[in-house]
Amino acid sequence: MTEPLLELDDLRTYFYTDTGVARAVDGVSFRVNAGETVGIVGESGCGKSVTALSILRLVRPPGRIEPGSHIRFEGTDLMALDEHEMQKIRGNRIAMVFQEPMTALNPVFTIGDQIAEVARIHAGMSRREAWAKAVEMLTLVGMPAAAQRAGEYPHQLSGGMRQRVVIAMALVMNPALVIADEPTTALDVTIQAQILELMADLTRRLGTSVLLITHDLGVVAENCARVIVMYAGEVVEEATTATLFDAAHHPYTEGLLGAMPRVGGDAERLATIPGTVPPPTAWPTGCRFHDRCPYAWDRCAREHPPLYQIGGGHVSRCHLAEEPERRAHPHPPVAAELGAA
Amino acid sequence: MTTPTTLAPPRTRETAAPLLAVRDLVKHFPIKHGVFGRVTGQVRAVDGVSFDVAPGETLALVGESGCGKSTTGRAVLRLIEATSGSVAFDGQDVLALGARDLRALRRQMQIVFQDPFSSLNPRMTIGAIVREGLTIHHLAEGAAADARVRQLLEEVGLRPEYASRYPHEFSGGQRQRVGIARALSVEPKFIVCDEPVSALDVSVQAQVVNLLQDLQRDRGLAYLFIAHDLSVVEHIADRVAVMYLGRIVELAGVDALYTHPIMPYTQALLSAVPAPEPGVKRERILLTGDVPSPANPPSGCVFHPRCQHPAKDAACSAIVPPLEEKAPGHWAACIKQPPSSVTWDEQRAAGGTKPPEFFLPRAALHRAAQASTSHPPSA
Repeated sequence: MTEPLLELDDLRTYFYTDTGVARAVDGVSFRVNAGETVGIVGESGCGKSVTALSILRLVRPPGRIEPGSHIRFEGTDLMALDEHEMQKIRGNRIAMVFQEPMTALNPVFTIGDQIAEVARIHAGMSRREAWAKAVEMLTLVGMPAAAQRAGEYPHQLSGGMRQRVVIAMALVMNPALVIADEPTTALDVTIQAQILELMADLTRRLGTSVLLITHDLGVVAENCARVIVMYAGEVVEEATTATLFDAAHHPYTEGLLGAMPRVGGDAERLATIPGTVPPPTAWPTGCRFHDRCPYAWDRCAREHPPLYQIGGGHVSRCHLAEEPERRAHPHPPVAAELGAA
Repeated sequence: MTTPTTLAPPRTRETAAPLLAVRDLVKHFPIKHGVFGRVTGQVRAVDGVSFDVAPGETLALVGESGCGKSTTGRAVLRLIEATSGSVAFDGQDVLALGARDLRALRRQMQIVFQDPFSSLNPRMTIGAIVREGLTIHHLAEGAAADARVRQLLEEVGLRPEYASRYPHEFSGGQRQRVGIARALSVEPKFIVCDEPVSALDVSVQAQVVNLLQDLQRDRGLAYLFIAHDLSVVEHIADRVAVMYLGRIVELAGVDALYTHPIMPYTQALLSAVPAPEPGVKRERILLTGDVPSPANPPSGCVFHPRCQHPAKDAACSAIVPPLEEKAPGHWAACIKQPPSSVTWDEQRAAGGTKPPEFFLPRAALHRAAQASTSHPPSA
C-alpha cells in the first residue's frame, strides 16, 4: 500500500476556556491519499474547522494540540517541526481556502500583490516574475482580463471572483494538499457551481489532493470520493460516498441524510434529529450521540463505542455494529423529551 | 422608465380570492454622491413585481443575493416604503394606510427574520419578547398574557419555563422558534418568512421547516417564503416565483417549475443545485459572469447577457419580456419561449428546443419520485 499523503493519528485539540476544557477535536484519525478528494461533513461545532486549522498548526491559545497527536504529511511529522519549518509547509505544500473570501484577502493590497507575495516568499521570485505568475494564476482561475484585474482591490470584486482569487493564491505553489473550509457556503448556488467546477478541474489537472470541509451533503455527493462524518469532536463514520448515501451505518449519518429535503420528497415531513450538538466542554458519556439517537440502549450511555469495521473502507462508531438487531426498534430519543432544540 | 406590466396578474387558483395581491411593486434606492447628497442614480432593487398569495398558501420567492427578494418582502409589510405599485391585503390598500391603520394591520401580517441572533433583543427575556405583541395590540394582560406566552412557547416546541431566560442562552434553532412564537402571538393570517432556516444546521433546519408546516396546517397561515435554498423551497412551497435583478422571471406551481422550467435562468439555477445522489452526473448549465448591478441593469431582458438560450438574438436585448402565461398557471418572462399551447413534450417531439431535462437530472429524479409515490409497487 502506498504511503498516504496526509495521515492524522489521534489528533486532539483542546481549548482551555474559563468555562472548562473544550475538547473540540478529540481523537481524530484519518488519511488522505495523493490526488484524492475527501469530504468532512458535520454540523456547526462538530470540530471540522478546528481539525483543518490543526493540520496547519494554526490553533492559537487558549487552544492547544495535545501531546500524543500525530500529523504526518509527505512522510514528515508536522508536530515535530518548529514554526519556521512549518511556515515553509503552509501555502507551499498545504494551502487553505477559507469560507469568507473577503476576510481571507487583505483589503489594502491589490489582488495581484497578494498572489505575487506568495510566489515571492515561497519561490523567491523577483517582483516582476511574481507579478507575471499572479497574472498567470488569475487567468488559470478564469478571471476575465486578468492583467488589468490584478491591479484591483478585493472590494472591487464580486464574492465569486474573490473566491477565485483565494483559489489562485492557494494554487500558486502547486501544493500537494488544499484544505477547503466551506469554500462555497457564502456564495450563491450558480456561483457555487462555477467555483466547485473550477476546483475540481484544477485539482484534477494538477493532481492536488483536496480535503473539502462542508455541511452540504449535496456538495459532498458531487465532489468527493470518500466522506468522513464528524460529530462532537470525533469521526463517527467513514465510507466511500456511494456507500454512505446508500447504506449509512451510524444513526447520526442516517439522521443527517433524512433531515435533508430530498428531490421529489413530496409533502412528507422531514426527518429530524432532536436536540442539538452538545457543548464541547461537556460531551455526553458513552456514545456522544446517545441522547439524540433513536436506537440507543443502556450500553450506549455507558460505553464509548470504538470505530467498528462495517465493510471494506467503511467504519462506524456505533454499537449497532455488534448488535444490529436493535435497529429494528427505534424509540423517541432522550433529547426529544427535554424539549426540542 | 417603463416597467413591464403583466398582461394579466398571475393568479393562484381560479376560485380562491387572494389574501395578498401585489401589483407592479417598485422599490428604487437612490444613489447619493457628494456632500449635498446629490442623487446620481437609482438602484432598482425591485422593479415591477406582481404576484398573489392565497389564504393558507405558501408562495416561495427564490433567487440569488441581490435579486430583490428580501426587499420585496419588506416592502409588502411596509417595513420599507415602496416607490410605487400597489399591495392589497384582504382588500385593504396597504400602501395607503395611515400609521394607526397600519399598526392594526400588522396584527394580520408578521415576519420571521433570517438571523436568529440579531433579530431578538438581547436585553429582553424571551417571555417579554413574545409578550410585546400581545401588549401592543391589547390582546392580553397580566396573568392571561403570561398564560398565552407559555402556551405559545409550547406550541413552537420550547419549554414554558424558558420564558424568563435571555436569548443568549439558546441555540440558533431555539431562537428561531422564539422568533416564530413572537410572530404567532398576534394570530396573523400571513407571515413573511425571510430566509428563516438559512442560518441553521441541516438537522435543526428540518425541525424548523416541520414546525412551520405544522403551524400552517393547524392555523391556515399563508407564507411568503423567501429563500435561496431550492431544496427547502421544493419541500415547503405550493408555488414558486423566481426573481432575477428585481423582477419575477418565472412563477409556477412547485412541480411544474422543478420539472418543466421555462425561463433559461430558472433552468440554470436548478441545474446548479448539488444533488445529494452520488453517481448522478449532471450536465450543468454553467452561467458565466456575475449578476449585473441593479444600479445599471441590462436593457431588454435583464438576463440576456448570461443567457444560453439557442435562439437568443438582438430582440432579447431590446424587448423587455412580459411575464406571460406560457402554460396554465405557469408564468415566464422570455420572448423566445412559445406560449401556452405548446407543451415541452411537443416541443421536444418537434426537435425545436433543447429539452431542459437534458440539463436537469434533478427534474428526472423529481418525476421518478412522483411516479413511485403515485404507483406504489405491488408487493
